[in-house]
Amino acid sequence: MHGLINRALQGFLVDMHGAKIWAEVRSQANLPFDEFETMLSYDHGLTRDTFDAACAVLHRDPDSLLEDIGTYLVTYNNLEPLRRLLRFGGATFLDFLYSLDELADRGRLAMPDIEMPRLNLQQAEGLGSFRLRAEWELPGIAALLLGSLRAMADDYGALVFLSLDGAEKGAEYLRIDLLDAQFSAGRQFNLAQSGLI
Amino acid sequence: MMMQSPDLRAVPIHDALDLLMPMHLCFNAQDLVTHAGPTFQKMTSHQGVVGQTLAELFELRKPFAFEASQSWLSLAGQPLQLALAQAPELPLRGTIARLSDQSGGILNLSLGLSFVQGIEEFGLNLNDFAPCDQTVELLYLHEANQVVSGESRKLTTRLMQARALAEEQALTDTLTGLSNRRALEAVLSRLLSRKDAQFALMHLDLDYFKQVNDTYGHAAGDHVLLHVAHVMRSDLRAGDMAARFGGDEFVILLRDCDDVDYVRSIAERLIAALEAPIKFEGHLCEISASIGITLSSMYSQPKAAQLLNDADVALYSSKAAGRACATVFQPECATRASTR
Repeated sequence: MHGLINRALQGFLVDMHGAKIWAEVRSQANLPFDEFETMLSYDHGLTRDTFDAACAVLHRDPDSLLEDIGTYLVTYNNLEPLRRLLRFGGATFLDFLYSLDELADRGRLAMPDIEMPRLNLQQAEGLGSFRLRAEWELPGIAALLLGSLRAMADDYGALVFLSLDGAEKGAEYLRIDLLDAQFSAGRQFNLAQSGLI
Repeated sequence: MMMQSPDLRAVPIHDALDLLMPMHLCFNAQDLVTHAGPTFQKMTSHQGVVGQTLAELFELRKPFAFEASQSWLSLAGQPLQLALAQAPELPLRGTIARLSDQSGGILNLSLGLSFVQGIEEFGLNLNDFAPCDQTVELLYLHEANQVVSGESRKLTTRLMQARALAEEQALTDTLTGLSNRRALEAVLSRLLSRKDAQFALMHLDLDYFKQVNDTYGHAAGDHVLLHVAHVMRSDLRAGDMAARFGGDEFVILLRDCDDVDYVRSIAERLIAALEAPIKFEGHLCEISASIGITLSSMYSQPKAAQLLNDADVALYSSKAAGRACATVFQPECATRASTR
């Protein structure tokens, strides 16, 4: 797994649960270093061990922890750049949903060797209902996306109902019901980055 | 033949143009703006550009061969570099298409490479770009790039710091593989912290090494230094320590040793071994060594700096005595050294 992904897991544990928890996870996972490097690549097994250790240390089931991580990625203050990059997907939440199929390409545009989830949005029965098919190198991508998409909906000011929708043939599914695209004002997004120049 | 009205206001294609090219202007045969796309209106703060001439609105930068008296229609099809008169520091790109009935033209604009500043300056947002316009993707890439290169910089900085720290903490001389000054001083201070430690220090300086370097080059010099290190390693006991102090200077620490004659015999054996000619690329390099010796047993309260200094003073005596010999430190050496 790309260092950025491992670093996100580490960041979540440190920022949300403290350095002590991270130290405990690190030791349970037998990590041979103190910190993941963002720009390096690591064996998938190492990522899995770290995540399993996090579940054990925090007494959490994998899906709910992944959901929290997904939310953290979009909402944590220091990760504002990531939220901004995601908001480039579209001007409205629906546009954003439609852009999810491009997410992998978008990610690779920024970081050519990163393992991005391969997403495919499908129409489901009912107005504003979708099924998101997701494939990734590690299990649990749908739960992670659940947390991230819920936070993104909030960001856009959209009201959505999200639920895990099973898995088959190496793909996981998420059900998305867009109830109200303009439920609240949401958070502001200006193309111009303040203080950029 | 009746000329069609040059007034484009009634043209039903405007809505389509606004959607496809939100940063465009329609103008008539007199260069008067008849319609502006929504993003262009935003860029000019909705001040009503209709009725102004293109020459009033823009500074045309390229092509050069354009007379003020010419109509902008004559620029049709050419790549244009221009800027808004109200924002001359933001270069824009443009193209003019001539309407086939000669009633006017359409000028379409893009932010070109100044897109980052342009978006900031004009307060543009996702909706201000045509759906097929890649400017937003460029901006995305630009931001992503900043994040990624920021991370790269952090990694480089961390690696550089780690390297500096490692170098600072290194205990080995990189050329010879012997210990370095830092390592020897650490061992010395450990030994001196024990009351009963008895050891000898030899300060060794190669003779004629400069000639080898000057005659046969630095590669020969390095080869000789490696050979010297090899001789020292094979001549010393396991617990002893040889350190390169830089250049052609070495310090040897002999543990559990309070016998002056024994130390002197080792020094002489070393000198003899080093005097054997060293082969390098068909040449024979000949060197020798001068040595200064001191023993911890000669001091009531031995101190590292004092020992190293006294060994150095004794080394100077060896050099003064014609090189290629070993001298044991005696207080009168110091007197002689101080008057030199």
